[in-house]
Amino acid sequence: MKRATKINLLLVLAVLLLACLPLVLGLGDDEEEPFTGSDAQAETAITENDPDYEPWFSPIYEPPSGEIESGLFAAQAAIGAGVVGYFLGVVRTRRKYAAGTASGTWTADPAAPGARPAPAADTTAEGDADQAETGARS
Amino acid sequence: MHIAEGYLPWQHAAAWGAVSAPFVVHGARALTVQVRQRPENTLLLGASGAFSFVLSALKIPSVTGSCSHPTGTGLGAILFRPPVMAVLGTITLLFQALLLAHGGLTTLGANAFSMAIVGPWAGYAVYRLVRSWLPDNLDIAVFAGAFVADLSTYCVTSVQLALAFPDPDSGFAGALAKFSGIFSVTQIPLAVSEGLLTVLVIRLLRQSGAAELVRLGVDKPTDRSADKPADTADTADTADTADKPAGQSVGKADDERVDEPGGNAEDPAVTTTTPTETAK
Repeated sequence: MKRATKINLLLVLAVLLLACLPLVLGLGDDEEEPFTGSDAQAETAITENDPDYEPWFSPIYEPPSGEIESGLFAAQAAIGAGVVGYFLGVVRTRRKYAAGTASGTWTADPAAPGARPAPAADTTAEGDADQAETGARS
Repeated sequence: MHIAEGYLPWQHAAAWGAVSAPFVVHGARALTVQVRQRPENTLLLGASGAFSFVLSALKIPSVTGSCSHPTGTGLGAILFRPPVMAVLGTITLLFQALLLAHGGLTTLGANAFSMAIVGPWAGYAVYRLVRSWLPDNLDIAVFAGAFVADLSTYCVTSVQLALAFPDPDSGFAGALAKFSGIFSVTQIPLAVSEGLLTVLVIRLLRQSGAAELVRLGVDKPTDRSADKPADTADTADTADTADKPAGQSVGKADDERVDEPGGNAEDPAVTTTTPTETAK
């Protein structure tokens, strides 16, 4: 595996670890309701500091259930991830294509899938085969 | 996690709205200019906004036993400068306020100020600072920038709430400690995660040889790419490179090709990652 790919994978692993550790270590066990949103905790703190405070405006639309809310959050992440992934794909393809057209550059990166199959070699191979064939005939 | 709908007294809500509005308007103009003058960067611009979209949707558990989410604004601030993120961040906030009852319309000004204005600016400042100290290490500068953009957002949220709801006994300071405990401390591991993810995206862009990084002066801030007008048509450049002999001559031709994806492959700063990496 390439070193750069290894580092990238390590980055992903580190992020996953950071997300999982609080769960594995049970850091939410002391709470009444573990791992609630920090915004909900802030609402509680506001009421503590100012017991008379009443929110003066409520959301125009509220997802009717937790399922629908999680679905909308998933949609948000999916849209975002889709666009980011599309962009990375475009960039890679563009480079592949450019590597194929710009003479010489493709040899610098033989592992690139865009490395063109060296037309010259193909023709000689064909030519050889032809010659061999004609040789066999004669 | 943003300030919930209706949870700021209206005077505060209005004041934060008034503070944020000029930034967002200025950002909208910067965005328009960016799209008009550099249409070739628009796709990356969209991807930066999308990155913020993804990260804001991910609620991640933290060491405090509660959950919060990253902001994803550091990437765009580093790539396109902070004014643009004032708009993209506000769009993300608006989406969540309207459809998810997360954050809110009345608190949009305050939330935009923390996530779309202070976060990107603080992150960008730190990124530039680290970049000037360590010009050769892009990853560390990106990490620092994204980390600060994320964390500073929630520090501002804590200040905003402490201003609106001072502690009955200890006043502003006590309230700030309380809200910081809820928001900022929770955010520290998430800010690390966001830093790592932002570094990952930048690395992937470099490894795919994204010409945008050079064009935007992120990967290799050179005068020639910065001064260049909108990218010349790809076809013209391709023809140029196709005519070139196989040997990699140095000089004028290379200068012309820096802005072009193909030319990018020969750019020393960009290639440091790719060919050497594949060789191993």
